[in-house]
Amino acid sequence: MSILTTLELLPLVGVLALAFTPKANAKAAKQIALGFSLLVAAVSAVMAARFHSSTPGFQFAESRSWISSFGINYAVGIDGIALVLILMTVILVPVVILAGWHESEGGRWSSKTFYILILVSEAMMIGVFAATDVFLFYVIFEAMLIPVYFLIGGYGRGDRAAAALKFLLYSLFGGLLMLAALIGTYIISTNQIGGTFDLTKLSQMHIDSATQNWLFLGFFIAFAIKAPLWPFHTWLPSAAKSATPGTSILLLGVMDKVGTYGMIRFCMTLFPDATKTFTPVIIVLSVISILYGAFLAIGQKDINGLIAFTSISHFGVITLGIFAMTTQGLSGATFYMVNHGFSTAALFMTAGWMVARRKSSAIDDFGGLQRVTPILAWSFFIAGLSALALPGLSSFISEFLVLAGTFTRYPIAAIFATLGIILAALYVLIAVQKSLHGETKPGNESLTDLVLREKIALAPVIALIVLLGFYPKPVLDVINPTSGVVMQHAGVVDPVLKAGK
Amino acid sequence: MTAPVLNYALLAPILIILGGALVGVLVEAFIGKALRSTLQLPIALASVILSFAALWVSHNNPSTKAAIGSVSIDPAGIYIQGIILILAFIGILLIADQDNFTAQASALPGSDEEAAAIASGKQQTEVFPLTLFAIAGALLFPVATDLITLFVALEVLSLPLYLMAGLSRRRRLLSQEAALKYFILGAFSSAIFLFGTAFLYGYTGALSFNEIAAAVGGNGSNSVFLYIGIIFVSVGLLFKVGAVPFHSWTPDVYQGAPTPITGFMAACTKVAAFGATLRLFYVALDGASQTWKPIITAIAMITMLIGSIAAMTQRDVKRALAYSSIAHAGFLLIGVVALSKEGLAASLFYFIAYGLATLGAFAIITMVRDSSGEVTDLNRWAGLSKKSPLVAALFTLYLLSFGGVPLTAGFIGKFSIFAAAYQGGNMLIVVVAALASAIALFFYLRIVLMLWFSEPTNDSVTVVIPSVLTRFAIIVTAIATIVLGIAPSLVLNSANHFATFLH
Repeated sequence: MSILTTLELLPLVGVLALAFTPKANAKAAKQIALGFSLLVAAVSAVMAARFHSSTPGFQFAESRSWISSFGINYAVGIDGIALVLILMTVILVPVVILAGWHESEGGRWSSKTFYILILVSEAMMIGVFAATDVFLFYVIFEAMLIPVYFLIGGYGRGDRAAAALKFLLYSLFGGLLMLAALIGTYIISTNQIGGTFDLTKLSQMHIDSATQNWLFLGFFIAFAIKAPLWPFHTWLPSAAKSATPGTSILLLGVMDKVGTYGMIRFCMTLFPDATKTFTPVIIVLSVISILYGAFLAIGQKDINGLIAFTSISHFGVITLGIFAMTTQGLSGATFYMVNHGFSTAALFMTAGWMVARRKSSAIDDFGGLQRVTPILAWSFFIAGLSALALPGLSSFISEFLVLAGTFTRYPIAAIFATLGIILAALYVLIAVQKSLHGETKPGNESLTDLVLREKIALAPVIALIVLLGFYPKPVLDVINPTSGVVMQHAGVVDPVLKAGK
Repeated sequence: MTAPVLNYALLAPILIILGGALVGVLVEAFIGKALRSTLQLPIALASVILSFAALWVSHNNPSTKAAIGSVSIDPAGIYIQGIILILAFIGILLIADQDNFTAQASALPGSDEEAAAIASGKQQTEVFPLTLFAIAGALLFPVATDLITLFVALEVLSLPLYLMAGLSRRRRLLSQEAALKYFILGAFSSAIFLFGTAFLYGYTGALSFNEIAAAVGGNGSNSVFLYIGIIFVSVGLLFKVGAVPFHSWTPDVYQGAPTPITGFMAACTKVAAFGATLRLFYVALDGASQTWKPIITAIAMITMLIGSIAAMTQRDVKRALAYSSIAHAGFLLIGVVALSKEGLAASLFYFIAYGLATLGAFAIITMVRDSSGEVTDLNRWAGLSKKSPLVAALFTLYLLSFGGVPLTAGFIGKFSIFAAAYQGGNMLIVVVAALASAIALFFYLRIVLMLWFSEPTNDSVTVVIPSVLTRFAIIVTAIATIVLGIAPSLVLNSANHFATFLH
């Protein structure tokens, strides 16, 4: 059994343990969930240590026949891109549990149910990044929605039921398009190489370009809804406003990455010709996402809405990096996926604490927090700086790589995208100024600062943001070879900058 | 002329059920009221089990000559019969809860006679033999290989159902109205079916599927006869499966009939009718596929869309599931149009997935009640999870399976049937099916939303503790729905193995 399968099963063992925990004992449920998520993180660390970044192809691979009549396998394996995303996932889950120690209380159901849903989600998030069978990927991709649906609808705020439904419907609709394309790909494989869903085998087929275009669109739209890319993003703000901070971190920080991950893993690998055909359109959509998200973030009055729109902007940067079709851009985009996970986590966590203390999520209700709760204020400030990609913080490096990678091929798009950085400074600093600086507004005087548990939850995230900002080499060393492989498979050669430019 | 040779071993499954039904009639006639229900249930269940055993014994000896070419006990036929028997067994477990049925069907609603019958606590149990007769018809329907046998099977299946639809204990007028509607429309469609049979006979000079197939393949004289024959025979079958535009009886009958009967009809009858439809088009009319494929394709697309859209507007859970069953008829017609081994195998799997979820869902409906009986108003189902999380979770499971969400049996069914259509090169129907699935999902999820995220209305809706038999039925269907969603290989492989019609 591959270590990946162990990783998928561990959270489910945790679910089993939780199932036998008495409902009234919320504390035990929390401790069990935290314990299992830390165990998963530890096992992942072992896996990361055994990973050889120079070896091409999927490592820790395992394949077992699952549904033989359709040639479907339970097949897992990871390359560099999948590894860093899994590591991000397993770091964020315990952080989420610790940071939102009390957020399961006051929900529709017991705390126990909340943590069962979280652990089920973790197992699926690991599985979705590890899957090398397209059918397996699809099944997890879709099934993952169900626990999140209940997390938003059961423990969220405001109009949570409607937000949960909207989230689920958008995703399932995208999923159906992908299902149609998936079946199409499978039928082509039955005609060419014998029916299979194996990613490596499928990527060696020759599909005529008209068919490729349709299949590509089926996959891409599903991923664009997930990512979310403008104009498929409309479900995100309502979900982010209604979900608990922990759910938002998992949703925006991890699950939405499945969208951009899917673009790399499936769209580019399976349909290289179609990828080239659609690249110009996607570049334009990405640039629109960057600017649109940034402009709307500036106008947001709700702090969670603000983070949601900054994410739309950042996902635009990631998509841009992927479809710039350069190794540098792809590496930057992958690194950005990780960094965005951490910076969004920091933002949602600190914002969540602010909201929980102030009992309001309107930015205007805050003010002068710097004086009242200095540690919380500083934390929010650093998280904000990470979101605006300040040099020295990890997101700066990835953003730089994306822009540099894009510039070699699409200079105009890169210039417009750079505008996004300036706007980012604007929306972050406006929010910081309004909520942290100035006079302490009424209602904020008696807010309490971070407690030890919250500091412990936040510390690793901030540490990673700073550490990877100064020393990104370990992560980039893992990502770069894989990016090279993906680009090589897509048949793209990096443009060489002419001297003097 | 020699006497016809019958292969009793192959016909045994049908004969055993018919025998059980006759014993049931005798019990109803001669045994005292108090003893009847204790006898009828074991007789019915034993008949089904024995019939299944007989089917199991002969499942490796398919033959087209079981009854001088009138029935073809071939692999696909055997498989469909097996599915019908399993679904029927679960259906009978639900029917066993006599609280759903009128004490005395002959008593006028609201009359003193009715009150006396209820007060005496003695229940008439004619529903059991009637069910067995219907099952016998259902077993014959998908293996019939000439048009007359097909018609006889259709009637043997339908006539008991007309009666069973009118047996509800509560809201009896609605139930009787449903029975009458079903009867009149059913009789009408039977007549149309016979009319078509006459035209097919006129064109081909034959009644048996093989001879029709041979005649259709050649160049007949007057193909107008063929077209009219195909269309009218199809109408008769499409009525039975509940395809648009012959679906209008479905919501009324599903709503009015006693809920266990609705579940039985929605599962067994639909499987039997689709079995017959598949055989007719795959065996008899294969050569005329140029003629009927466009028509059935169009009907499949309309059925999926209308069923899904109309389901959204329903306020009554039984009517809503009726429209959902119409939408599923549309999905199953994809398997008919595919006209391939893959299409047949996919249909077989879909039968199981759909039938199990249907029985489970209707079993849940029998449990949600207030003082005057079942509560079918969807608004009053709001917040059901507060009253019984388990029941809400199970209903959610069935709905997700209907919607084809991964890790449920419904998803595998949908996947295989889409794949079969794709393989047949019919892209348009796949696109429409995906669209209809999205619409249907919206409807299913709205109910899920209501169950889990709405506040319960402050009224007397309760979830009753079900009988042991109902509980067993729910457990079996729920487990099967999950297992077939996660590990469908065994059933998929067997469906592939059996997916052949013998000519």
